[in-house]
Amino acid sequence: MRYIEPHGHMVSRTTDDYLDMVTAGCAAVCEPAFWAGFDRSSADGFRDYFRQLTEYEPARAAKYGLPHFCWLCINPKESEDVGLARDVLSLVPEFLGRPNVLGIGEIGLNKNSRNEVKVLEMHVDLAARENQLILVHTPHLEDKLKGTRLILDVLRADSRIRPERVLIDHVEEHTARMVLDRGHWGGMTLYPISKCTPARAVDILDVFGSERLWMNSACDWGESVPLAIPRTALEMRRRGWTAEDIDRVIYANPVRFLSQSPRFTLR
Amino acid sequence: MTRQQVLDLYFMEARSKVIDLAAFLDRVDRGTGDADFRLASIHAALAALQQSEPTRARSALEALSDPTAEPIEKAPGKGAVGAWPGMAGSGSGT
Repeated sequence: MRYIEPHGHMVSRTTDDYLDMVTAGCAAVCEPAFWAGFDRSSADGFRDYFRQLTEYEPARAAKYGLPHFCWLCINPKESEDVGLARDVLSLVPEFLGRPNVLGIGEIGLNKNSRNEVKVLEMHVDLAARENQLILVHTPHLEDKLKGTRLILDVLRADSRIRPERVLIDHVEEHTARMVLDRGHWGGMTLYPISKCTPARAVDILDVFGSERLWMNSACDWGESVPLAIPRTALEMRRRGWTAEDIDRVIYANPVRFLSQSPRFTLR
Repeated sequence: MTRQQVLDLYFMEARSKVIDLAAFLDRVDRGTGDADFRLASIHAALAALQQSEPTRARSALEALSDPTAEPIEKAPGKGAVGAWPGMAGSGSGT
């Protein structure tokens, strides 16, 4: 079995996780910029973080033979401060040319506030100007439905954005249809409690098809499982999926979306 | 998959979750004081399970979601609690 981990916050994980992932068949990992669990005090903290994502973490992954890619932004959880967001966004272009950078992400909304929407629009504008792929975080729990609608409206309002170059992450049963109907890709996050279980993720594939869906562990410093994708592949096998169909979802689909970036190459 | 295959694979897990949920509601009932909006939201989600269409997961999620459309003025914090505070029946014990 081979798979791509298209969303893992590896700076929060140990090298044991790298070893386990590679042992399970992971062929590449992609790391969106994330909230550190506390608010950074200035844009300088983000500069250091972007160096970590583009210099240190790929080197750490390379020790296990694992290609590491990343996405850059200020995460929605820190988007209430528009001034800070503007400062951070001004840093991003100098990192976009680095060899493991795939695009702008994970941008989006957290509590669906006006400032978060404003910062999302700023990110979308940056992605459009720089011709970058976009990875979108949709809000948690009770905020997801409304937030997904607001995000889709922001994306549709910018005519420069091509829907097939945007992946809307953390979809569930109540948001998958609207994301796919707009022409975007959808990501399902496999969390033990707060997002999709493996069984539900396979249900969503059964109902909505696997043409433009991928799955990820979104492993970070919280309750999450770095091996969630291979475990879900076992769930697919239990339900009679063929090896070829499983491979399409957990390997070929992420390769197809990510290969829209010229920097995504697998040796 | 046939319905029989689905039952063979998932019945025991679903049975366990139903009993866990029942025990949770019993635990809440045995507690003292008022319950907040989350209990009403759980009951709304449970009501969604009674529908006959195979879209119960979606309906349950919608019952737990903020149904409004406009952005809020300012983020009150960063976390989510799993149910919308505006849910009707807030404060109800059942």
